[in-house]
Amino acid sequence: MIRFLLPLLLFVVLIGFMWRGLYSDPSELPSQYIGKPAPEFRLPTLKDPARMLSADDLVGQISLVNVWGTWCVGCRAEHDFLMQLKRSGEIPIFAINWRDNRQDALRWLQQLGDPYVASGFDEDGRVGIDWGVYGAPETFLIDPGGNVIYRHPGALTASIWQQEFVPRIEGIAE
Amino acid sequence: MTCRCLITLALLLCTATAGAIDTDKGFDDPELQARYTKLIAEVRCVTCQNQSIKDSNAFIAADLRREIRRLIADGKTDAEIADFLVTRYGDFVLYRPRFSGKTMLLWLIPFLLIVVAGTALVRVVRHRMNLPIDDDLIDDGRMR
Repeated sequence: MIRFLLPLLLFVVLIGFMWRGLYSDPSELPSQYIGKPAPEFRLPTLKDPARMLSADDLVGQISLVNVWGTWCVGCRAEHDFLMQLKRSGEIPIFAINWRDNRQDALRWLQQLGDPYVASGFDEDGRVGIDWGVYGAPETFLIDPGGNVIYRHPGALTASIWQQEFVPRIEGIAE
Repeated sequence: MTCRCLITLALLLCTATAGAIDTDKGFDDPELQARYTKLIAEVRCVTCQNQSIKDSNAFIAADLRREIRRLIADGKTDAEIADFLVTRYGDFVLYRPRFSGKTMLLWLIPFLLIVVAGTALVRVVRHRMNLPIDDDLIDDGRMR
């Protein structure tokens, strides 16, 4: 009996793995910081290089940290949604301006609107690496304790916001 | 003819450097440079996932090469550099993932399969050795 059941069992297990593989995206890397404090950083802000943005600024409220750059197509795509989010007053959005040029970044914010409380200027991309960023845009959800709750790689949309962020924000608030 | 061969050879040698991705300045110390070259070949480029950062010209790969160079210059060991990368990007970033709770199965399954297949093989062979010799073969004279 077992010599027939065992191969069948192995076959079913294999099919199970393959079935799951059909629906998983191998290019999506899970963030290493989920449930952990956001990585320390200290960056001069875009608008005023004398002012600094650091991990301490994230403590005390639920917030977003958005990684963007003017060279990034997805960032342009999500910009309107970020502006909408800002107008709704739902959540403060901080930013890491990643591997960009200060002039270009300032012009972008002037022309398209500035959805951010502050943008840290990460010119050489070192803070991006500390955050485990592997492409822009990326958006991190941070709890009032300064811990990373969720990371979304890719452009934000209203539906992703509703599906992935809103339930988690409600989860923190409780 | 020899001349033509030499020219071809010279051109072929040129292409090797023309294709170089890593254009940053290397270490003066050949030992450090060797460590660096070995390390970057074993780190996955996180945006272009089937390339190492040695082979990729994506800017994240360039950034990671720069960080690794900085860490080597700071006197960090290979293990510490692997730690640095894994803390930020997870085990996936190393082409040779380290042995840990999460990667245990990955490392052990091949040996497990060898043991299972080996045991099965031994059992099958033993079983067959105990079988009586096939009568048909004896009858048609081939075994005599």
